[in-house]
Amino acid sequence: MKLFKIVHFTRAAAFGIAASAAAFTAVAEVADGRAQVANRCVACHATEVPADNFQTVADKVGRKGPPLYYAGQKYQREWLTKWLQNPQRITPAGGDYWANSVEVTDDGDEVVVDELPQHFALSEADAKSVSGYLSTLTPYPHLMPAEEYSPKKVNSLLAKKDFRKFKGCASCHRDKADFGGVSGPELYTAMNRLQPRFIASYIRNPDAWDTRTIMPNKGLNDVSVQKLMDYLTQIKTEEAQP
Amino acid sequence: MNVRNAIPLFILLMLSAGANSGEKQGATGKGLYQLYCSQCHGLEGDGFGVNSYDMDVAPRDHTDTAEMVARTDEDLFKAIKFGGKAVNKSILMPKWDANMSDIEINLVVAYLRKLCCEESEE
Repeated sequence: MKLFKIVHFTRAAAFGIAASAAAFTAVAEVADGRAQVANRCVACHATEVPADNFQTVADKVGRKGPPLYYAGQKYQREWLTKWLQNPQRITPAGGDYWANSVEVTDDGDEVVVDELPQHFALSEADAKSVSGYLSTLTPYPHLMPAEEYSPKKVNSLLAKKDFRKFKGCASCHRDKADFGGVSGPELYTAMNRLQPRFIASYIRNPDAWDTRTIMPNKGLNDVSVQKLMDYLTQIKTEEAQP
Repeated sequence: MNVRNAIPLFILLMLSAGANSGEKQGATGKGLYQLYCSQCHGLEGDGFGVNSYDMDVAPRDHTDTAEMVARTDEDLFKAIKFGGKAVNKSILMPKWDANMSDIEINLVVAYLRKLCCEESEE
């Protein structure tokens, strides 16, 4: 009996130490991530909630990357950690302001691919720290829908038409690699990258997240948002298949 | 209060609300146009923006003087604030009322007039 108690106590102590060590590591990781974001990210990204939630046009135009101050509500952390180690372009025209690498030509405005900013890659440890810190940035909990997104079946032809023609999303976003606009982020990877509740909230109310977003607020109702989400889920599935 | 009295008050309220945001933001018509409009209508307003290539309806060419003089400032304001549908045009033109204040939309309307109808813009 005594022996059992000693073993039990030792196990509990070991578990306690392990849990404390894990918590300590997580805290250290977030602190390291915060320092890295302050040193390496602020030149191109907004990392603090703007004062009075206000941004000038100049603020927006000067930024190369999307705002990060609500990253904890926006990104799927696992995806973000991987992306930071192997960054790939998500917005075909690049950056937060679409026109920094666009030139006027005789055939119309074109993205100058060679001029697009390249995101540097982080080591695995740094990527974990940075995504760890970014995941703590959650300033707008009230903007998130109360319920988790639950996918519904969707008629693919109608959903595509809805996305491209009726809602006009394809004017700025691509729903496949070779179709759609270039000023907004590609959306055939959205469900891999972003938290579904964030997507729903942003479609509904983009200016509440980013007061100088270039995305218009189309005043969509819950049913319309659900349809678009279901289309994003469907194209994600298609994209994932070889 | 009758309607005749209410209208000037309404206009005054609109102006004061807009004036605050206009001053604070220091935005120009051209700056706003290039941020929000040029992605489809082009950096020079000719309708060949970077997003225009896969669109079913070509964005309006704002340098087309004949087309643009046929529209009143009120039409342009309405199209920007409430979207193409509000002026019987394409639904691909979204409403921008959440992105720009009325003052800012008026700055864009003034810039459109420069684009369409003045020899040299800014």
